[in-house]
Amino acid sequence: MRIGVFVCHCGSNIEGTVDTAKVAETSKDFPGVAFATDTMYACSEPGQEGIINAIKEHDLDGVVVASCTPRMHEPTFRRTLERAGLNRYLFEMANIREHVSWIGRDREANTNKAIDLVRMAAAKLLNDQPLESKQFSINKRVMIIGGGVAGIQAALDCADGGLEVVLVEKTTTIGGKMAKLDKTFPTVDCSSCILGPRMVDIAQHPNITLYAASEVEEVGGYVGNFDVKIKKKATYVNWDACTGCGLCTEKCPSKKADDPFNEELGKTTAINIPFPQAIPKKAAINPDFCMKIQKGKCGVCAKICPSNAIDYEQKDEFVTESVGAIVAATGFDLFDWTVYGEYGGGKYPDVITSLQYERMLSASGPTGGHVKRPSDGKEPKNVVFIQCVGSRDKSVGRPYCSGFCCMYTAKQAILTKDHIPDSQSYVFYMDIRSPGKMYDEFTRRAQEEYGARYVRGRVSMVYPKGENLMVRGADTLMGGQVEVEADLVVLAVGAEAAKGASGLAEKLRISYDSYGFYMEGHPKLKPVETNTAGVYLAGSCQGPKDIPSSVAQGSAAAAKVLGLFSKDQLASDPQISQVNIKRCIGCGKCISTCPFGAIKEIDFRGMKKAEVIETVCQGCGICTSTCPQGAIQLQHFTDNQILAEVNAVCRF
Amino acid sequence: MPVLEGKELRIVGFLCNWCSYGGADTAGVGRFTQPTDLRIVRVPCSGRIDPMFIVKALLNGADGVLVSGCHPRDCHYAEGNFYARRRLEVLKRFLPFIGIEPGRFEYTWVSASEGQRWQQVVTGFTEQIHKLGPAPKIEGADAEATLKLLEAAL
Repeated sequence: MRIGVFVCHCGSNIEGTVDTAKVAETSKDFPGVAFATDTMYACSEPGQEGIINAIKEHDLDGVVVASCTPRMHEPTFRRTLERAGLNRYLFEMANIREHVSWIGRDREANTNKAIDLVRMAAAKLLNDQPLESKQFSINKRVMIIGGGVAGIQAALDCADGGLEVVLVEKTTTIGGKMAKLDKTFPTVDCSSCILGPRMVDIAQHPNITLYAASEVEEVGGYVGNFDVKIKKKATYVNWDACTGCGLCTEKCPSKKADDPFNEELGKTTAINIPFPQAIPKKAAINPDFCMKIQKGKCGVCAKICPSNAIDYEQKDEFVTESVGAIVAATGFDLFDWTVYGEYGGGKYPDVITSLQYERMLSASGPTGGHVKRPSDGKEPKNVVFIQCVGSRDKSVGRPYCSGFCCMYTAKQAILTKDHIPDSQSYVFYMDIRSPGKMYDEFTRRAQEEYGARYVRGRVSMVYPKGENLMVRGADTLMGGQVEVEADLVVLAVGAEAAKGASGLAEKLRISYDSYGFYMEGHPKLKPVETNTAGVYLAGSCQGPKDIPSSVAQGSAAAAKVLGLFSKDQLASDPQISQVNIKRCIGCGKCISTCPFGAIKEIDFRGMKKAEVIETVCQGCGICTSTCPQGAIQLQHFTDNQILAEVNAVCRF
Repeated sequence: MPVLEGKELRIVGFLCNWCSYGGADTAGVGRFTQPTDLRIVRVPCSGRIDPMFIVKALLNGADGVLVSGCHPRDCHYAEGNFYARRRLEVLKRFLPFIGIEPGRFEYTWVSASEGQRWQQVVTGFTEQIHKLGPAPKIEGADAEATLKLLEAAL
């Protein structure tokens, strides 16, 4: 083999702490290396042209590029090789930026390490084989998991683009957190007035199949051909028959069921429709509070239902949908505010969360849009907002900024004044973070036009005083303590990853960060992709987002899906396992360890042998390290290839 | 080439592509300074790591071997790291029987977002290897006998 080595300066990123010329010079002595040079920016157009010219000029048949991480530019350089007429798998990358120049200051040690990494790459390349991909067809249907505003946007954009969409929502209605909001910042638009029509579009779109009250149970397959098993949870109402007339909810005698849509402010009936604009507008029974299901008595809803839709015997059902791509849009949950004992959340009824306050402001909420204290139903005059409850606080494991709390607090301060003109709002804040379009102007309006008093400092405690609450905190601008008597305290609760998000990530085989938010493919350049081909992200499951960002990401994910589906065929990754039939003894260990069921037993001239199902194999190589014979080898990561690297670094 | 006259020792890292290699990248992007002794071999999954790779590295002159993969239950390939954990734990207990200090081999889990954790892992492990010092050479007939024993055992 005639190997060419190209050592990239990456401007001063590498050259600053690595002597690239020396790396190139030294690598000329490695086995197989016929040509070596350093280059300013290997990934740039002239850099790639340089590689192509060198391949032709020096008759190279393998290339090592020493530059950044292969997770960044391996595909770039593989394409360069193809342009020069070489097989894309006769390429190796030495990561001398992320793993060398950026983590060490010692130029001599770095240069030495870079030389070793090139030596390893060249040694592996000597063992590389040309590999060819196969073409396979794509199932051009897409599944969106999560029916919040991000999922709705992604679903509508995909459906309008002509794709068949399967939308899976775990609660009985789509709408997500946005549907619970009264108004949106900074326009003070009515939330359900802008979201409602889009929800109706979902219900009416001929390309969209909606599974509400459903969850993803299992995900199998690979990009272009996923099989997703969905659990349709029992709602005890036959939704094909239910017309959403609401008679059952009126007559249900059990009126003490939890009301998650109203954030547990007030109670609801055991059979209910979460809110008037719910999509699908179907009733569902909460079995924990249904007297018929619990005690076998009652049955009022079944008697009264004009379409005979009630079915107390209903069981969970499972359906499998085949799709080619998946968009995760599972959103976020609110931080558990009761962790802050000093704020009295969960202890004093008049300390509520921002989302509970939002329900109180909403005309469709439990108080009909009248602001009332939960304790005695009186209209509050002094409302204190405490910001950063579960945001920017290392002590509760939430050191990140949730991003939207400053804005919704300003909105709620404005709305408070609208609802109760003689009221006074106080906002305890750490910093005001309002970087969006018209956002800073909006928080200023809350202060200047609506007279909300912003106090910069943390609250140390909230304690009762008679019927009211005293809020004691620091005012770090005035340099002293302040105490405010409040009728109502609203905690601006931060966002955290949705409960169960990690479980879904494991099913989808995508990564999540230490807070449980899903990891994007690249923090700058692949914001909606994941590292699993065919799985995309939208909305707050990736990190806290406001509505415009969630919608933008929903559309971006849809664009990625439409882009993926613009081809009729995808090329398979040939880095999969292959069985050497002569060495295989048919023990079946690879079959039992493969997590994807990608290996089957075949009969070969009367002997048991293993065979890899090429389209199912994901290329993990568990089989290869399991096989006692070394008979099944993961292509591009064979035992010989890995050991060549090990030997290159150990023996010299 | 001598390794900087003993300033560095020879440490081989086997990292899965999805979590730990990404974590090492994140550490680089974040400029989290680390000792330079470690050389990383990228593999698709920690489940791809045959314990023989580690033993061969140690027999061939590595002073330490570090394996890192995705956190349990967060594997890109569903359960590769569970296979890895079983194999590597067995290997760790087995090493003293072939005359290798078990402290020369560690395995750990680092996700792609944990740049800082990767810095700590590398720094800690490198310190540990420096405390143990350069590995005694196993050569000639001894090495071959050991390898044979291993082929049979692993």
